[in-house]
Amino acid sequence: MPPVLELKGITKRFPGVLANDHIDLTLNEGEILALLGENGAGKSTLMNILYGLYQPDEGEVFIRGEKITIHSPIDAIRAGIGMVHQHFMLIPVFTVTENIMLGAESVRMGDFLDRPAAAARIREISSRYGLEVDPNAYVRDLPVGVQQRVEIIKLLYREANILIFDEPTAVLTPQEADELFVIMRELARQGKSIIFITHKLREVLDVADRIMVIRRGAVVGETVPAQADRQTLAAMMVGREVRLEVEKRIARAGDVVLEVHDLVVTDAQKQITVDGVSFDVRAGEILGVAGVQGNGQTELVEAVTGLRQPVSGSIRLLGQDVTRATPREIIELGTAHVPEDRQRDGLVLSFPVAENIVLCTYYKPPFARGVQLQREIIYETANRLIADFDIRTPSASTTVGSLSGGNQQKVIIAREFSRPIHLLVASQPTRGLDVGSIEYIHQRIVQKRDEGCAVLLVSPELDEVMELSDRIAVMYRGKIVAIVPAESATKSYIGLLMAGVSPEQAGAPQEGERIVESTF
Amino acid sequence: MSKPENKPDVGKVFLEEVTRPPVNERVRGWQRVGRVLLVPALAVVTGLLLGAVLIILTSESVWEAFRVSLGSGLVTAWNTIVQAYTALFTGALGDPVRIVQAFQSGDALEIRRALNPIPESLVNATPYIFAGLAVALGFRSGLFNIGVEGQLFMGAAAATYVGYAVKGLPGFIHMPLAFLAGALGGAVWGFIPGWLKAKTGGHEVINTIMMNWIAFRLTEWLLGGPMTRPGSGGLPISPMIEKTAEIPQFFPAPIRFHLGFFIALGMAWLVHWLLFKTTWGFDLRTVGANPNAARYAGMNITRNIILAMTLSGALAGMAGANQILAVNRSMALGLSPGYGFDSIALALLGNSTPVGVILSSLLFGALRNGATRMELLRIPNDIVSIIQALILVFVAAPAIIRTIYRVKVPKEAEEAVFVGSWGGGNK
Repeated sequence: MPPVLELKGITKRFPGVLANDHIDLTLNEGEILALLGENGAGKSTLMNILYGLYQPDEGEVFIRGEKITIHSPIDAIRAGIGMVHQHFMLIPVFTVTENIMLGAESVRMGDFLDRPAAAARIREISSRYGLEVDPNAYVRDLPVGVQQRVEIIKLLYREANILIFDEPTAVLTPQEADELFVIMRELARQGKSIIFITHKLREVLDVADRIMVIRRGAVVGETVPAQADRQTLAAMMVGREVRLEVEKRIARAGDVVLEVHDLVVTDAQKQITVDGVSFDVRAGEILGVAGVQGNGQTELVEAVTGLRQPVSGSIRLLGQDVTRATPREIIELGTAHVPEDRQRDGLVLSFPVAENIVLCTYYKPPFARGVQLQREIIYETANRLIADFDIRTPSASTTVGSLSGGNQQKVIIAREFSRPIHLLVASQPTRGLDVGSIEYIHQRIVQKRDEGCAVLLVSPELDEVMELSDRIAVMYRGKIVAIVPAESATKSYIGLLMAGVSPEQAGAPQEGERIVESTF
Repeated sequence: MSKPENKPDVGKVFLEEVTRPPVNERVRGWQRVGRVLLVPALAVVTGLLLGAVLIILTSESVWEAFRVSLGSGLVTAWNTIVQAYTALFTGALGDPVRIVQAFQSGDALEIRRALNPIPESLVNATPYIFAGLAVALGFRSGLFNIGVEGQLFMGAAAATYVGYAVKGLPGFIHMPLAFLAGALGGAVWGFIPGWLKAKTGGHEVINTIMMNWIAFRLTEWLLGGPMTRPGSGGLPISPMIEKTAEIPQFFPAPIRFHLGFFIALGMAWLVHWLLFKTTWGFDLRTVGANPNAARYAGMNITRNIILAMTLSGALAGMAGANQILAVNRSMALGLSPGYGFDSIALALLGNSTPVGVILSSLLFGALRNGATRMELLRIPNDIVSIIQALILVFVAAPAIIRTIYRVKVPKEAEEAVFVGSWGGGNK
């Protein structure tokens, strides 16, 4: 029997880059194929070709042995190909049924929507594949994991046989991700074929039947989970050996640098998003804040860095009250901030690398004399940091907007790490970066800690928090539900806390290890 | 799920387009100059070509000739265009034949008349430079100052008042004083919408438009009332300014070329220095390019918005003061043929850089000046306005020009070379 899907010699060129270089791919019935590769390796291009968004320059697509051309997503859907996008394509104010019907409406008596019939089919699909969802619920009321289920049902409703999942776990808690994997296996068992795009090694080993690794547009290897481990996969993906575990010594915590007491912060809509949070961070330790995105971490970081005025509570930095201090006062006290959204807050994309490097210090000697900028010193410094931090850029006068994400982040790291600091606030420091960049940035953060800097690390990536932190604070709905020493924290325990299970029910690893204040 | 708050607003996108560097940083030297000028130059050519079509279509003699025969129609059309553009050219830069004849005749007045077009073009360009700088400074600071015209009127009124009401000062004090009064008048008119934007979030585009109307009516009232010329019977015109307040002209009549042109060049240098060489300019540009990053870096957004609008208003006020003190010598309502509005276009044409503003001001000044000569051929002055408008359409939408002339955009290709992961090593 011919494979469900076969790609032969797919090649796609963009000006100056070969995005896909003669890629061959086969997908069998009931199989989960993981497509593994770094950002920019060409995974998305390949999938966009399959989904009809791009036309290949060369190569052929076969569905069950039959050659087809896909000109548009409509052709793709007709050929039974469906895609769960990283960003959901749902309308929040519509119900589940309405969202699923959209574009494939069942009608009766001319133009009237047949909601009951559609709802019945949705119930049938959800019970058949174990995709629990209430067809009458409004999408805006559903948790992210359930919204993703709606997306999957949407594809099944359109009778897709080949399902493409594009980085599906990026928005999920570990538990939600596990549930998704159960669903994926069930879909495969019932004969659906799945392409699973990701750069997370653990997930690939958990769920895939077969793994294909892509690097710089070409297939560099194929394997099965039984014969692979994270180390070999990472090496295939990056093209050299990568240290996945961060090497770090036991923290030698010093004096308290940052003290946050009973902090209450509201968001732009005046909703309380940080609700009575207290913690401290000491010199030479990393406090990691774990939590699903949107549980108040953003506002907490903004309050600590002076970008948002707290409603009540206090923040003390090196013994000084900075609750109402301006961002500049806090920077001048020795705070570095790696912001959550580097392009929105951390960089001026239309400015050259050099000007971004002095973004927080341009007004001080030696970069300015009086009001005059010292262009030569700025560029000398930039060139030195470009070398020190291995920023890949043609020159210091290249605009930051034309660099890759990893190099943009390195510009921020270079700027924030190169001045004398006591506190480092790093918010999602490796968001959207590839394995190589992540390794580098992790090493730099640990290095800062070892130099005696207090580090507040905020990340929705539980792996990252667990690997780097000395203590882990879990945030849920604006509160810190527990602060746990990293060595006694397990992934499932933290995951349950992140999902809102109370520490008692989550079953603290051992009595006395769930410590609400510092252990040091 | 979508995050609507991250969606940039249309104004922001527009401003980014306006201040985007036209070519890749790595291209240097003459090649860079060529690339920067390519699209504006093609836009000018295209504007003139389309203008030619309009001249033909609006010319009665061409229509009549076509009624006679196709051949005579084509000949007449060709002649009309040649005549029109010859007039435009000689009106803007001078007629070589006439210059030679003037020198042969040795008549000093005739020589000055023959040489006048170039200095007159510079006189025409001067208010454009001031006003263009005002808009460019706003663009660079992320603000769309549409109120330059109103600020120009307020500046002119202030300069006029100091020019005629203050008496007995020596020229080297009186003239600068009147000029600065003009700058101050414009600055106040820019400060108000700046303050409103910074403190209340009121959008500067709407507020500056409204401030324009207030300025027009206010100056009208002033000129008809408190500032009216004695004996004018309530006509909206001010008294003549004192001799001591005049910006000196360098040559005898009819050449009006004056010191204001050099003041304008000086201001262009000053704006360049401020924007690109000082910490203040760094603040302004950062707030303009990415206010979130500016806040993150500890800059004071409120203060910078107010500062940018005030400085922009001051430059606009100088445009008004310049016209009063150097050219008109008294204020009437016909003070500006729309310098403030044209300057928006100008700043766009000049990519919001001081040098670009100077170059496009010279172009506009020359076009305006040449248009006067074209009018003598009974070609309406409006045609020049239309040509200017067409040039701007093509500049503002470079995609059109690129499509017409198949100019390749090397941007993507060049970027792709150095975009890519560093973890895997672009060895």
